[in-house]
Amino acid sequence: MTKSALDRRAVVQALLRDRGHLLVVSGLGSSSYDVFAAGDHPANFYLWGAMGGALMIGLGLALAQPSRPVVVITGDGEQLMGLGSLATSAAKKPNNLSVVVLDNAHFGETGMQMSHSGLGANLELMATGAGFPSVSTIADHATLDAFRPKLHDRAGPHFARVVISTDHVDRALPPRDGVFLKNRFRGHLGYPVS
Amino acid sequence: MAASDTPTTAPDWPLAIYAALKAADVRQLCYVPDAGHSRLIRLAHDDPAIATTVLTTEEEGVALSAGAWLGGQRAVLLMQSSGVGNCVNMLSLLASCRFPFLTFVTMRGEWAEFNPWQVPMGKATQAAFEIMGVTVFRLERPEDAGELAAAAAKLAFDSDQPIAVLISQRMIGAKKWTEGK
Repeated sequence: MTKSALDRRAVVQALLRDRGHLLVVSGLGSSSYDVFAAGDHPANFYLWGAMGGALMIGLGLALAQPSRPVVVITGDGEQLMGLGSLATSAAKKPNNLSVVVLDNAHFGETGMQMSHSGLGANLELMATGAGFPSVSTIADHATLDAFRPKLHDRAGPHFARVVISTDHVDRALPPRDGVFLKNRFRGHLGYPVS
Repeated sequence: MAASDTPTTAPDWPLAIYAALKAADVRQLCYVPDAGHSRLIRLAHDDPAIATTVLTTEEEGVALSAGAWLGGQRAVLLMQSSGVGNCVNMLSLLASCRFPFLTFVTMRGEWAEFNPWQVPMGKATQAAFEIMGVTVFRLERPEDAGELAAAAAKLAFDSDQPIAVLISQRMIGAKKWTEGK
């Protein structure tokens, strides 16, 4: 990563500023910490497992809640494990779904081994090839600010890769109880606990 | 899969499952296609009240079902027994969050199977579900399809349980190949 790469916490905080009706699914590991650090919210569903499944959870949610914007915020390693979900999501064309991949080209949770993204895989080309009509590369704050309204514009599905730094950030640990997170999320949408 | 697959059935069990899913207010149906599921897939595609999603691999459907539930909808996953092993890790999502889950699995490798490559996963299908805490029902007779599907849906969505219904290969009919001469 170059020195100019973005700080992941600042990126996620900027994306979720004035979030309105945004529903958020975060991929396991640092992406969940970033979303939590930006401000806990009942409309956040933090994954602590299910690697490779974040985008599919976002798709099921987006189809169920077509009037709400949905963003999946995940890492390069998590998305690489679920590459097929790019094709599945693009085929479904939910206009309220965005996926933002925080790409530091490494597996940050497991010892900073270089990921496929760092070894030449091009996630934007994969998203384009999968059929995403809107694909962005974000490497500076001006581009990030220009992208942010797309999360709400109902002209998706959008795919964005954000080039982030590998610099260390402190852990910010969201709740780990999945039943709690599920019920809190559904409660936010008005569904009672069964 | 061969385009010419035409499963032979007696009573109209796919229609009975479809009716049970409608009665349970299932609004999303995702699938990795199988000839045995083709009628049910067509019924869902023809129903504007059901969002159908074709998957690249079966575990996507586990995660999609969880997302649908987060958003207040009931989903169902259709797959073949050969895809159940793909789901094992993702099934942990259901246990961790106590998500409802309902899948209908057409069996291969258990009855008059001609393809030996189908047999290992067919033999392991029920165990693969059970090691992850999924309750397994077996549908052996077409006349039971509606009642079993309704009971499975109630257990899944009203009691927050992960449920798999294995549809026997004997009932579906052994896979038929039509080869042009």
